[in-house]
Amino acid sequence: MGIKLSENCDSKFQSAYITLLSAPFQHRFIFSHRMAAKTKTSAQTDHKEAAINASLSKEDKLDLLREMVRIRKFEQTSLKHYLNGSIGGFLHLYIGQESVAVGSISLLGDDDHVITAYRDHGHALAVGMGMDECMAEVFGKATGCSKGKGGSMHYFAPDKNYWGGHGIVGGQTPLGAGLAYAVKYQGKKGCCLCYLGDGAINQGAFHEALNLAALWDLPVIYIIENNGYSMGTSQARSSAFPEEGLAARAEGYNMAWDKIDGVSIYEIRAGVQKAVERAHNESKPTLLEIATYRHKGHSVADANAEKYRTKEEIKTYMDKHDPIQFMKDDLIAEGILTEEDFKAMNQEAQKEANDAADFAIKSPFPEESEIFDDIYWEVDNNTEAGRTGRHFFHG
Amino acid sequence: MPRQITYREALREGLDEELAHDDNVVIIGEEVAEYNGAYKVTEGLWEKWGDKRLVDAPISEAGFIGMGIGASMLGIRPVMELMFYSFAYVAFDQMMNNAATCRYMSGGLVNCPIVVRGPANGGTNVGATHSHTPENIFANMPGLKVVSPSDAYDAKGLIKSAIRDNDPVYFMESTVLYGQTAEVPSNDELEDGELLVPIGRAKVKREGTDISLIAHGRAVITSLEAAEILAEKHNINAEVVDLRSIRPLDEQTIMESVRKTHRAIYIEENKPFCGVGAQISSMIMEQAFDDLDAPVLRITSADAPAFYSPPIEKLQLPQADEIVERALSIC
Amino acid sequence: MASYLTMPKLSDTMTEGTLVKWLKKEGDTITIDEEVAEVETDKATMTMPSFEEGIIHKIYVPEGAAAPLGATLALVLEEGEEPPADADTPPAGPETKEEEATEEAAPAEDAPAPAAAPAAAAPQPTTKPPKPKAAPVGSSTRPDGERVKASPLARKLAEERGIDISRVRGTGPGGRVVKADLDYLASGGGGGSDLGLVPESKLAGDETVGLSGMRRVIAQRLLESKTTIPHFYLNIEVDTEPLMTLRAKVNEASLANDGPKYTVNDFIMRATVLATCAVPQVNASFAGDEIYQYGDVNLSVAVAIDEGLVTPVIRSAQDKSIKDLAAEIKDLAGRARNKKLAPEEMQDGTITISNLGAYGVVNFDAIINPPQSAILSIGTIKKVPVVDANNQIVPGQRMWIGMSCDHRVIDGAVGAQFLAELQRLIENPLLLVS
Repeated sequence: MGIKLSENCDSKFQSAYITLLSAPFQHRFIFSHRMAAKTKTSAQTDHKEAAINASLSKEDKLDLLREMVRIRKFEQTSLKHYLNGSIGGFLHLYIGQESVAVGSISLLGDDDHVITAYRDHGHALAVGMGMDECMAEVFGKATGCSKGKGGSMHYFAPDKNYWGGHGIVGGQTPLGAGLAYAVKYQGKKGCCLCYLGDGAINQGAFHEALNLAALWDLPVIYIIENNGYSMGTSQARSSAFPEEGLAARAEGYNMAWDKIDGVSIYEIRAGVQKAVERAHNESKPTLLEIATYRHKGHSVADANAEKYRTKEEIKTYMDKHDPIQFMKDDLIAEGILTEEDFKAMNQEAQKEANDAADFAIKSPFPEESEIFDDIYWEVDNNTEAGRTGRHFFHG
Repeated sequence: MPRQITYREALREGLDEELAHDDNVVIIGEEVAEYNGAYKVTEGLWEKWGDKRLVDAPISEAGFIGMGIGASMLGIRPVMELMFYSFAYVAFDQMMNNAATCRYMSGGLVNCPIVVRGPANGGTNVGATHSHTPENIFANMPGLKVVSPSDAYDAKGLIKSAIRDNDPVYFMESTVLYGQTAEVPSNDELEDGELLVPIGRAKVKREGTDISLIAHGRAVITSLEAAEILAEKHNINAEVVDLRSIRPLDEQTIMESVRKTHRAIYIEENKPFCGVGAQISSMIMEQAFDDLDAPVLRITSADAPAFYSPPIEKLQLPQADEIVERALSIC
Repeated sequence: MASYLTMPKLSDTMTEGTLVKWLKKEGDTITIDEEVAEVETDKATMTMPSFEEGIIHKIYVPEGAAAPLGATLALVLEEGEEPPADADTPPAGPETKEEEATEEAAPAEDAPAPAAAPAAAAPQPTTKPPKPKAAPVGSSTRPDGERVKASPLARKLAEERGIDISRVRGTGPGGRVVKADLDYLASGGGGGSDLGLVPESKLAGDETVGLSGMRRVIAQRLLESKTTIPHFYLNIEVDTEPLMTLRAKVNEASLANDGPKYTVNDFIMRATVLATCAVPQVNASFAGDEIYQYGDVNLSVAVAIDEGLVTPVIRSAQDKSIKDLAAEIKDLAGRARNKKLAPEEMQDGTITISNLGAYGVVNFDAIINPPQSAILSIGTIKKVPVVDANNQIVPGQRMWIGMSCDHRVIDGAVGAQFLAELQRLIENPLLLVS
């Protein structure tokens, strides 16, 4: 038997995962069961008492909430501009999943790295990228973080140890192993958080990466952000063996794994911290599955977001499993936040997002001359190699 | 007497020197370490450099090449061996999407200094799945570099340059050439103390005046044979140009040769459709049209999957006789 | 501050939406992200979230109505805010949208009625085929109108050297002019003469020439002949040395007596008549269910004139000497050139001679002149090396005679017998004058 960590995971998750529903479009990822089984407070208390959370100051906690609110406002504002036609292409919103990026990234140090898939705005803001450069990128403007070359799915900030932003489902998972390999090779005490969706676990590259990570003891932490749907296909319809859940795939590689309820940022921090310590201290990988929910469609172009999920299901999650609401209630109960504070926090974030949108709107589109920049390092840097031979073959 | 070594030894020397030159160089691939390399290119290197620098990978090309690409973003310089370049297709998303486009999609914030090397050739009686020649496929993707040395000298000089290059370089060798020898000076004979062949510079392997035989990889050797027959039997003095690097491409050397001989044939072991020769002949047509005295011809592998049966398989590849015959048709 | 709900882009291809149902009514309070309406797009019916907070003061677009992207759907006021004066009417859409709409609308107003529009836009079909482009003479076509095949390099060199490439003989594959051909010229190939050049064109540009009556008849009859008569072709080589020797003597004697000068053709005519008498099956016509065998040899002789070709007939030629034949053809040909022939003088021929020897033609195959069954094609007399009886190669003279036969009437062996007799007569020319 592998190294399954949380003994209480079983009962908690089985009720959530093992469901009975035969209709193909019905959701099998019901949190309400477990919410009923365990009271918020007790769950909250357990994880809040974990050392990594117990040490949080009042300001730290407010910062975590503020970061989640900022992400939500950024996403709502980008949605607004998508719907008014200013933004095109794909827009995969992170609304509802904010606790995952904010909670896990809040644990990282200088030699820790982050890489994710295409639903990458939340992680970008969480690592410290600015709203202006992020918003301008979805607008396709020259001032975007990737100069308008990558778009919504391809944010990068190597200076903040953020390595994208990758469009192909599962394609980033070997890269995550590689970042961890580099950290280990260079003898640093660091790790890589590599995020993926529940749909990505069925890609071959992911399993190859898991094997390499386990085989070579790479300090990588794979975090499955399980929002229940691979686009419009529920987990029940896409992934075998739902009884144990997705993280249990790690058993096949004798890798540590755990399941975390994403509604609580404290639980996320507590769970991820164990994995980070394992990576730092033992150079061992971990596979984590964080139960979360996207309030919106797979992307804004997902016209059927309300067909494969019932309105009632969506409403249940928005009302009862919203990580922002959850933390807000908790901080009010703790007495360090008031409704007014929260409103002000929202207004401030909304203003920041609106300002970012204004910045994006006012920014110029990239110059046509940019087309051939940023393809070859040697060409961009005008080295001898970059000047040797013809690199581009148009016209 | 000048030093003669095999193509395989030349590669090994290049790898060995680069392992010494840069601590971040690591060789990863199936059977590269303890087994000494499926084709013995890395023989002895694991014994010399140990587990950290030579890593035996499980059979999961998408996984370990993707891992190498990720590591390269953080400054590691992985040299990945594909036992056959045919296996690149298993890692296609990593090689085509991640290695080639991360730089662009990050607006230039990221680069992937990775080398993926291995034999890319047919003609060895192993059937279609192990006989692919994907140089045209990868050269189609901006962001990638594709190199294909035809002799030991270039094999050594180019592998060293490829490892030092800051962009992804896909380095395509030939199992048929591994045992062939060429003159490769030892470092103490060299002014710079080491052999570096720049990527993107072609080499005129045989000077001629009547027709340009332009080729890459093993087809260069076949072209040289054909050139000798043309000279001896037909009084035709062919020039042979070895591209060495397909992307970036030394178009200047190609055009200079065509402007001198007024006739050109592109010879490759690739398939014809959208092959390297299709690109080169199009460029010659565009840039040297008024210098052409005949249409540019292409000689490729037969447009069929590689035949298993050895006598037929040989016929699928460009032959010296075929080059001679086609050259005569335009001379 | 007043704000407006506008028609959102709910699908990537949507340009307008139908407001299916308002989920909120005037006076309701709404918050950001709250569902306010159901909108039918080109793909699906979707709920529309609000991006505004406040109270819906006025709904402008009723249920069931369609509205373009960005159109104002409702006015939202903050609690306690006074409605603006123009609250009852929706403001114009965003400026850019309005401009786009105007741009789209404008051409529609100016355009003709829809039915006429496609016709006006499409190219008008013309009744006449387009005038052929004047054939560029010189660089791209040969004097005979053939496209010049030349390598790009040869074209460049020709231009540099001021040589009309259309006149350069091509020796490359398929007759392509290549660098070597120009180098041959430059090296003074052919002793500095124009050997490497094709004669300069005397052609003018393209023009249409109407058909003369004669040309129309030639076209019609020869097409009919070639397409309905099963032609087959024979030819034979004739030693003309004895004939030429005899002719020289005959002419010497004749001229001395103020007689005519006999042409080679005169002898051929006589030989043809005699051979026809010997093998009369060639002197016949195919007539559907039967073959019509002629009793007389009416000899048609092809005569080239400016307008085309005529075939005057020497009637009952079997009764005429070579002297008679010579005199008669001279008269007929002369009048043919002056267009003085009566139509009946060109009728009732039974076999034809066509002689292109004067033009240096070595051999050819003429088309049968219907309803006849045979025509002879007479080539030029040429000095050639021949193998004599002692197996030595010696100088000789030869003429090729071709015979086109209607296989329905004449079989190969019959034609061959005829040609053999003709050869015998010509090679023994005394038989022609006796």
